[in-house]
Amino acid sequence: MSTLSAVLRSTLAKDLRMEWRSKDAINSMLFFALLVVVIFSFSFSPTAEESRQIAGGLIWVAFLFAAVVALNQTWARELRNQVLDAYRVSPAPANSLFLAKAIGNFIFVGVLEVLMAPLFVVFYNLRPVGPAWQLGLVGALATWALVVNGTFFAAMSIRTRSREVMLPLILFPISIPALLAMVESTTAILTGDASPVFWINLLAVYDVVFTTACLLLFETVLNAE
Amino acid sequence: MSRYELLNEKTNPADIAFDSAGAPDPGHATYATPAITLDSVTRHFGRFAALRGVSANFSSGRLYTVLGDNGAGKSTLLRIIAGLLQPTRGRVEVLGTTNLKSVRPWIGYMGHASLLYDELDAMENLRYFAGLYGILGNDGLCARAMTTVGLEPALKRRVGQYSQGMRQRLSLARAVLHDPKLLLLDEPFSNVDVASAHEMVRLLGAMRDNGKTVFLVTHQPSLLEGTADEFIHMTAGRIDQRDTRDRSGDPQTGMDPRPRTEARR
Repeated sequence: MSTLSAVLRSTLAKDLRMEWRSKDAINSMLFFALLVVVIFSFSFSPTAEESRQIAGGLIWVAFLFAAVVALNQTWARELRNQVLDAYRVSPAPANSLFLAKAIGNFIFVGVLEVLMAPLFVVFYNLRPVGPAWQLGLVGALATWALVVNGTFFAAMSIRTRSREVMLPLILFPISIPALLAMVESTTAILTGDASPVFWINLLAVYDVVFTTACLLLFETVLNAE
Repeated sequence: MSRYELLNEKTNPADIAFDSAGAPDPGHATYATPAITLDSVTRHFGRFAALRGVSANFSSGRLYTVLGDNGAGKSTLLRIIAGLLQPTRGRVEVLGTTNLKSVRPWIGYMGHASLLYDELDAMENLRYFAGLYGILGNDGLCARAMTTVGLEPALKRRVGQYSQGMRQRLSLARAVLHDPKLLLLDEPFSNVDVASAHEMVRLLGAMRDNGKTVFLVTHQPSLLEGTADEFIHMTAGRIDQRDTRDRSGDPQTGMDPRPRTEARR
């Protein structure tokens, strides 16, 4: 366990340092999400009430698409100079690498959400009618749902010829239950029409199931030829 | 005291790279037992056979140089021994076991690519890779590893700005950092200037003299004359000749544990 956490911490620190220097993932995600917000805002010009009804969907679709950009970058760094081989010949646990990458992506997408949230509020004139603190919980669970599967499927697709296309093709269908839960719970909180508890629970179960499955399968994916 | 605690205590890579004492003996490998045993190892990539039933033993504490044309199967052989590729057929035993995962702490691998992060500087790279072997916070060890391969530890340039030769030397430092028993090197001298290449050969010879097994692939056999214990010639996925040398570089007869005729398959 100590080896797992030590390697996890050093891999995470290394990834954060590299992202801090290059800002590849955060810049491309931010630019993409910004475009989505602005384009949808000008396309629909919704009223405050309409905004509350559609914002849940808009927010999470924007974050899902933007996250794919970061997820593709995650493993691209490990492929340059075949650095992944150095990890594979080492005794470091495979799950340390996976968790470090997933947590790194969680931080990148989390930063994006924090930066984009005020823009959503301004462009869509949003004010939650339901308990606002639940938005934080939904944000954390939904972001983990996006990145845990995304990190896993990005690792699966790194050796395919057109991995940028392959990742969304695998990730989006499997994210549908999570996407439904995150949109419904966000809309419920923003409108105050219904309780978001069922959808939050669904998100939590989705996170537990897929995190477990990814941890069990990652070593096989890492060592696949 | 665990192997990693021992490594963490050492600050001189010479202690680590050249001192075979201290670490537990992986798989009880000794000079009497082979470091690598290959039994009918075949590897296909689609319909192309990169290795065709290679069988051979390689003793511990010797420096082997693998030669051959492009496509002869040298790198594939090295990757199979490192556990990066699975053979399509056949058996691979490394340091006394067929469970290659269990001997990862004792294998040092230097690939054809640098296996380094271009965005980090040399010390950051070595610190990270040392951490993968449980060696934490030992900057002295990383610095001395750099010095050993002729690099300046204070150099703050990112690896992406290094020349190819500097990358090769740093890659070697990364491969020996954790005191491997078996060192697998894929073309370590490519793009390295002659003086640095000779210095690397001297380093590898010293490691062999201290009990490490060095198995390297190169297209520059002349650099290893007088240092290598054996030249292994590969053609079309097979080992077709093994030349044992004494330390003066002369072909050796009578003492070869595996005579050339036996090596032909």
